[in-house]
Order: sequence, then C-alpha cells, then structure tokens
Amino acid sequence: MIHAVLHDSKDTVAVAVVEGITAGMDLNCWNMEEDRLITVKATQDIPIGHKVALSDMSVGDTVFKYSVDIGKVVAPILAGDHAHVHNIKTKRW
Amino acid sequence: MTVINANTTFLGYRRSNGRVGIRNHVVILPVDDISNAAVEAVSNNIKGTIALPHPYGRLQFGEDLELHFRTLIGIGCNPNVAAVIVIGIEEGWTKKIVDSIADTGKPVAGFSIELHGDHDTIMRASKKAKEFVHYATSLKREECPISDLWVSTKCGESDTTSGCGANPTVGNAFDKLHATGNTLLFGETSELTGGEHIVAARCADDKVRERFMFMFNRYQDMINRWKTSDLSESQPTKGNIAGGLTTIEEKALGNIQKIGKKCTVVGVLDKAEAPTGKGLWFMDSSSAAAEMVTLCAASGYAVHFFPTGQGNVIGNPILPVIKICANPRTVRTMSEHIDVDTSGLLQREINLDQAGDQLLECMLATANGRWTAAEALGHREFVLTRLFESA
Repeated sequence: MIHAVLHDSKDTVAVAVVEGITAGMDLNCWNMEEDRLITVKATQDIPIGHKVALSDMSVGDTVFKYSVDIGKVVAPILAGDHAHVHNIKTKRW
Repeated sequence: MTVINANTTFLGYRRSNGRVGIRNHVVILPVDDISNAAVEAVSNNIKGTIALPHPYGRLQFGEDLELHFRTLIGIGCNPNVAAVIVIGIEEGWTKKIVDSIADTGKPVAGFSIELHGDHDTIMRASKKAKEFVHYATSLKREECPISDLWVSTKCGESDTTSGCGANPTVGNAFDKLHATGNTLLFGETSELTGGEHIVAARCADDKVRERFMFMFNRYQDMINRWKTSDLSESQPTKGNIAGGLTTIEEKALGNIQKIGKKCTVVGVLDKAEAPTGKGLWFMDSSSAAAEMVTLCAASGYAVHFFPTGQGNVIGNPILPVIKICANPRTVRTMSEHIDVDTSGLLQREINLDQAGDQLLECMLATANGRWTAAEALGHREFVLTRLFESA
C-alpha cells in the first residue's frame, strides 16, 4: 500500500493519501516523478491529505514540494513529523 | 486507443455565429437587482426557462460597470444559451445588453419596468419567453468537430490530493485537447502566487508574458492594499488547510498542474473577455469558485473541469461543471457530487493517461447531453465579480 506521495526527489515533505496513519507506522512514500518508493516512520498521526516531513528541518529552512519553494520552517521539524501551518508559513504576503 | 483525436465529434447546438453549445437554455436575465422579482415570475410562468437573479447593476460606474455589462452580455452570448429575455428597471441599460446579445444572431428581447410596472412587464415578457421556448425546443443537435468545444478549468476546496491527482488529470486532458485544437481557459490570478514564474515560462512569447505579469502584479497590488494578515483562512481557505494545504505557494503549485505539461499560453484576457483564437488562454480572475466559473461562462466557455479535494459542490446555471476528485475520503463521503473519481491514481491503480481519458470520456458524454452531478443536484451558482463600491 502507498501511504504517501511526493512529486520529486528534491521534495522535503510527502502527502498522506490514506486515512488512519498513526504515530509509529512505517510509511511507504511513492516518488511519482521517479516511480520509486522510500520509507519514513511517522512520529505523529497524519490525517489524510496532510504532509509528513521526509527530513529534519530547522527554523528558516525552505520547504520543497513539486521541487519548488512552498514556504519557510517556523518551528523545528523532525523526519516523520506532521508538517503543516504550525511549523510552516508562506514567504509571500 | 485515445479517447479523442482530430476526427472526434460530439452532438452540439450550432448557433448563428458559428459557436457551438452543449445546452440549450432560454435565459431570463435581469439587468439589475430590482428586476429579479419580474425575472423570477417570468421563469415561473414559462417552463423550460431559467432565471439568473443577481444582487447588482445599480449605480456601478467605470471599470466595475464595464465588467457588469461584459459579464451579462457574455452570459447572453454564451453558445449554451439559445435565446434571452432581458429585464431591467429602465430602458437604456436594458437595450445596451439586448443589442450586444443580438449581434450573435440569437433571439433576444428586452423589457423595462418603468412606466409599465411588474404586472405588465411580466405578462409581455412571458409571452415572448414562451415563443423562445418553442424556438429552442425545435432546435436539433448536430455533429460538430471536437475542436468546436471550448473548455475552461478552475479548482475548488482543493487539498493536497488536488495537486497530486485531480489537477494533473485535468492537465493531461488539457494537453490532449490542446493537440486537437480546442480553445481552453484557466485563471485564478491570486492562486498562482509562488508559481507565477512557471506560468510566465509557459507563455507563448514576450508580449503574452508581459501581459500575464501585468495581470498577476495588478492582483498582488490589490491584495497588498487590503490585506490585514498573511491571508491564512482565505487563501489558502479554512477548507484547504483542513485538507492539508499549508501555504499559498503549495496551493498554487498544485493549481498549476491543471495546465498540463505541453500547452503554451497563447493569450491573456481581462475578466469576462472572450478569447479570439484556439489554444490555452489565461483570464485574470478571482479564485472564488462561483465568481470564477461565472466569468468562464461569460467568456463563452461551454464545459468546465472542476477538480476538488475536500469537496466543493459548485455548479453554474448555464455552464456544465464536471467534478474530478482524487481524495478517497471525499469520493466516499460526497459521492453524489463527483463525476470523475481518480483516487486510483494515488495508489498506482491507474496512470495519469488513463485518468485524463476518463475525464475526456465524461466530457464527451456531457457534451452530448448527459447531465453533470451539479446539474442533477440543481447547483446554479451565478455570482458576478465586483471591482469596487457603487457610486
């Protein structure tokens, strides 16, 4: 089963595509561009559609998805963490 | 085998001006808010007509008034409309709209309420509307080349599955429709923020690119003038955030998947302007679903692709809206709203090419007369875009 998808190997987050992901689960993450799987262990519950961090990130780091800048880290993130509005913000507006 | 190629045809209504529609509405159109009651009375009297009440049209001026006229005239001219009754409080603006719709060659008649009152206006307009219904219902569908179908797109209540599944499905279909010479449209100016460089790179030449960046920057200036926050809860919306989208940049990059990988942007339109040739057009527009889809209808588009993640339920009175969804939870909980389920994409059960073909099959069925989910459910959101306050 694919638990999460990422667009490109440069991406630092993946999207949960199934319901019921809980802390401690090993997640199969499908890199759609390269059609290969990587794994990450969820440290927190990840609702469907929400993002899981694929690597550790520090405050101020740029988050990549679609291999493009989607914002900055505003609270420390560890691989497997739930990555969302509590730790990532827009650089615009 | 591909679902569409240059020889593909569909059964549409060819209008006097050459444009092809896939619906055959007799529209009862108010010029202004205070004519809504008369418009709805006529529509109640005469079956087979559709009233399009709206809250505007008084004391507008300048560019805002021009947009109001352009939108109402565009709706009347849309090839999904067979004939139009226009009702306004006074004669001048009513006539202006009637005359412009008449240029298409379709039957149109105007009625003004002053010096007559509602009763007399409703009676006369109802008689004319009945004639128009007989006219419209005597028209026959005829075989038309696929390239005569104008297709617009805009997504709504997006979540991350939109960018991974539903939007790339539209992109795949758009690449195929681009190859068959269709006239295509996308917009949602603010929702390109963070990905504007990608759209700019897809513009056919420097002139188009310059015009695109002018529209993009004009919208950014408007947002910067009025914003009191980073727009979280509006752009992305609360629904987007609940669905897992975090920033406007992330939302924009998902949004842009709708224009596929091959289409180039041939031209840039202001709101409710009609394109002048084939290919993919960008229209400056709001990202609010009902506003944007209404603008697509006013630009003359005949069918609309609407990918959704969390489940936006929108429809339009004259423009059939096809919903595409890749979120398995939404497909399960809101199935009555979804026309094309592409959730299999995210489990590798189908590939993008197959998903694009599923959408094109649904598009052809819709073009041939099958109702979309939004049509069957009675979603007729008709929302005019306003630029500023009335005088």
